[in-house]
Amino acid sequence: MRLELRGITKRFGSLVANDDISLTVEPGQIHALLGENGAGKSTLMNVLYGLLQPDAGQILIDGEPVTFTSPARAIEAGIGMVHQHFMLVPVFTVAENVELGAESVGPLGMLRTGEAADAVREVSRKYGLEVDPDAVTEDLPVGIQQRVEIIKALTRDAQCLILDEPTAVLTPQETDELLAIVRQLRDSGKAIVLITHKLREVREAADVITVIRRGRVVAEAVSPQTPESELAGMMVGRDVSLRVDKEPADPGEPVIGVSNLSVFDSADRAIVDSVSFDVRAGEVLCVAGVQGNGQSELVEAIMGLRDRVSGDARVGGTSIVGRSTKRILGLGVGYVPEDREHDGLVGSFTIAQNLVLDSIDTAPWSRAGVIDYGRIRDHGVQMVEQFDVRAQSAAVFASTLSGGNKQKVVLAREMSRELRVLIAAQPTRGLDVGSIEFVHRRIIEARDAGVACLVVSSELDEVYALADRIMVMYAGRVAGIVEPDISRDDLGLLMAGATG
Amino acid sequence: MSDPTNNDPLMDDREASTGLSGSTTADTLHPPTELTSSVTGELRRAVLGMNLLVSALAVVLALAIGAVLIALSSPNVIESAGYFFARPLDTVSAIWQSVTSAYSALFQGALINIDALREGDISRAFYPLSETLTVSAPLILAGLAVAIPFRAGLFNIGAQGQMAFAAIGGGFVGFAISLPAGVHLIVSLIAAMLFGAFYAGIVGFLKARTGAHEVITTIMLNYIAIYFLGWVLNQDWFQREGRNDPISPILSDTALFPRFFGDGLRVHAGIVVAVLAVVVLWWTLTKTTLGFKIQTVGANASAARTAGIDVGRIWIAAMLIAGAMAGLAVSMNVNGTDKVVTAGIVGNIGFDAITVALLGRGSPFGVLWAGLLFGGLRAGGLAMQASTGTPIDIVLVLQALIVLFIAAPALVRSVFRIRAGGTEALSLAKGWGT
Repeated sequence: MRLELRGITKRFGSLVANDDISLTVEPGQIHALLGENGAGKSTLMNVLYGLLQPDAGQILIDGEPVTFTSPARAIEAGIGMVHQHFMLVPVFTVAENVELGAESVGPLGMLRTGEAADAVREVSRKYGLEVDPDAVTEDLPVGIQQRVEIIKALTRDAQCLILDEPTAVLTPQETDELLAIVRQLRDSGKAIVLITHKLREVREAADVITVIRRGRVVAEAVSPQTPESELAGMMVGRDVSLRVDKEPADPGEPVIGVSNLSVFDSADRAIVDSVSFDVRAGEVLCVAGVQGNGQSELVEAIMGLRDRVSGDARVGGTSIVGRSTKRILGLGVGYVPEDREHDGLVGSFTIAQNLVLDSIDTAPWSRAGVIDYGRIRDHGVQMVEQFDVRAQSAAVFASTLSGGNKQKVVLAREMSRELRVLIAAQPTRGLDVGSIEFVHRRIIEARDAGVACLVVSSELDEVYALADRIMVMYAGRVAGIVEPDISRDDLGLLMAGATG
Repeated sequence: MSDPTNNDPLMDDREASTGLSGSTTADTLHPPTELTSSVTGELRRAVLGMNLLVSALAVVLALAIGAVLIALSSPNVIESAGYFFARPLDTVSAIWQSVTSAYSALFQGALINIDALREGDISRAFYPLSETLTVSAPLILAGLAVAIPFRAGLFNIGAQGQMAFAAIGGGFVGFAISLPAGVHLIVSLIAAMLFGAFYAGIVGFLKARTGAHEVITTIMLNYIAIYFLGWVLNQDWFQREGRNDPISPILSDTALFPRFFGDGLRVHAGIVVAVLAVVVLWWTLTKTTLGFKIQTVGANASAARTAGIDVGRIWIAAMLIAGAMAGLAVSMNVNGTDKVVTAGIVGNIGFDAITVALLGRGSPFGVLWAGLLFGGLRAGGLAMQASTGTPIDIVLVLQALIVLFIAAPALVRSVFRIRAGGTEALSLAKGWGT
């Protein structure tokens, strides 16, 4: 199926999300759509998938103009979409999820349960996707859940498959497997659209690249042999450095000391299991690992956000287990939470208010419980400039900001205090290249100023860019603490549970 | 910086967008937070995110539907409809007559009696306004008792019970102790506030310590308070001597709110207390760290906890304030209009308060206007019933319709074809991952 978008324009009020975008996807081709977050990639795909109606422009399939008023029509026409956030029912089996929305029904409306399982097996075999149709979805690893989404699209006979940021939640190994599957689908004649902002994958898998920036196509028919720095430049609109320039660390005394720290869940299972490590002043310790191996819980335990914690953790000699979050922040700990939308910001507050969220009790923001909003506003204006937050003013609601700018607000808040420790969990997840560069530079600056930095990341690129030492976590335990010159393969093995 | 959480079209909708991958973070320190936000989050979003225009239009729409009901309940309209095909204009004019006279009576009954004003009878002319203010005072205060917890993310259904409990303390001090005039009133009010705060504080404490959902605890505590009040009213130390029915002694004159215009008009100093409470709570919400924290907890409890705010303590604080306001609310009746404590002292005010708080969008000044509107509707409704025979139930229906439209803002928008900024993007964002 040959899919063509011609002059697609989509506006939201005064914002032009897609401005006259044209794109052709050939069968048997992987077409990468590269752009920063907020560049308009997802809007374009939502138009194509019938979730949004374009204000201008046309969609053509094999030369015939079509209009999709709903996703059902798009699916009918042979377009399949794998969303960034999976649309699966956790308690259903794989087969049930696959047939959901297109159930095969017998007499009296009875489900024919066997057919879906057969369909899953058939598609699995045909494209080498190994999935057990009877497995319950929530028990499956994320990578397999994603395959279920792909199978779902394929059983609907999709000829054109759209993958929206498919590797955001995958381990390096899972990513490789996914790209292999995508290549196989291409070889069988499907047209593939790969939406991403990750340059490595694009260069590895794509046949042709279209780069969009601020809703416009800035480069089309780009060859995947184009160097990464050049692609990044197109995406961001200026030269970017992908490496973080940093001097070798000059670590001092240990500031964070964790020994035998365990965290238990409500069923008394150890999510973090006797973890011990130090972070010294002036170094970055990166906690690497596939998501869900206890890293998040470890950080939350250190921040006093968990109960059921045993063992010891100290900041500058003061024990912090059982202390309130407020006390811990008061010891000079800066905290960038993993989920910035949920834990880091109040969406309905202004930027300026968010910047004082954890220090509202202290002068000069308030005296005797009465807030000095004038000072908070001035501080907001100053921080917006200093941290390069792209917003009309410091008085706009945090919810209106893009991911990168939200993270800058969180960083600005945490780093405008006197710090001894900076704890950052997944600090660049979902951010665009420009913002990643900014965040990394700030972390290294903090390190150079003698702050002990603990960075949790499941992105290997980030780990290599920042770490002075790498701690790998697997199944709640420390799989090893290694130097950053470890090879990618060895690190991948540690992350997958091989003992180091 | 004015009230920051009002008029926000893009409230945080992270709750709705947790995908499968979110299941690993389920077991956090206070699991009930998540539950609360999912139960009341939708309503919170609808109410706080609503703009002034929509509230005003909800009132207009309710009045329009009320007009239909008035016409249908008018005997003249029914009679003329019997010969509609012979003389259709009769029906039309009967409808016009009934609706205009009913609404005019409602309006005059709520604000000012124009005929009496012409005759120069000032007392009778301002009787309606006096009634409106008298009825509004407890509604405003009870509305605050619902609105403040609402801002902290709690849905206080318990104003009714908190008022009933507070009536015991305020009433007892009012009739059993003798103190100088003025001081006695103040001590009685403080007693009512303390009793109310204690009773509401239980809810905050249970929520903070055990995660017990406040909707359930407040509803149950309502029963307990109402029956406890009934029991107290039958005890020797509370029941009026020589009476077998549940009624307290009459309060000492020293514990009563002064009336502004003598005994002809019921309006008393309580309305001043209500307005003062509105101003104080507005100031607290917008200018103090406590208010900042209440709003932070209400808008995003996870972020509040991450920022080192003790969420449980803020819940307790919000409930203590709410209980104190409920105490003041019942004092409007105990120390103002009724001068005694009876089993029916609370009336239905604690539940009407929910409506007032919703219409007032959880903001103190919003509650003031909503309380005045409902007080006016109540006072005017009585006058309307007396002068035109239109049943006062119409007013209750109007109130219910207003809230119905507020709970479904999309309906109002579609009726008046208002385009809400960013609605398309918002609803789409919600569609993802749910």
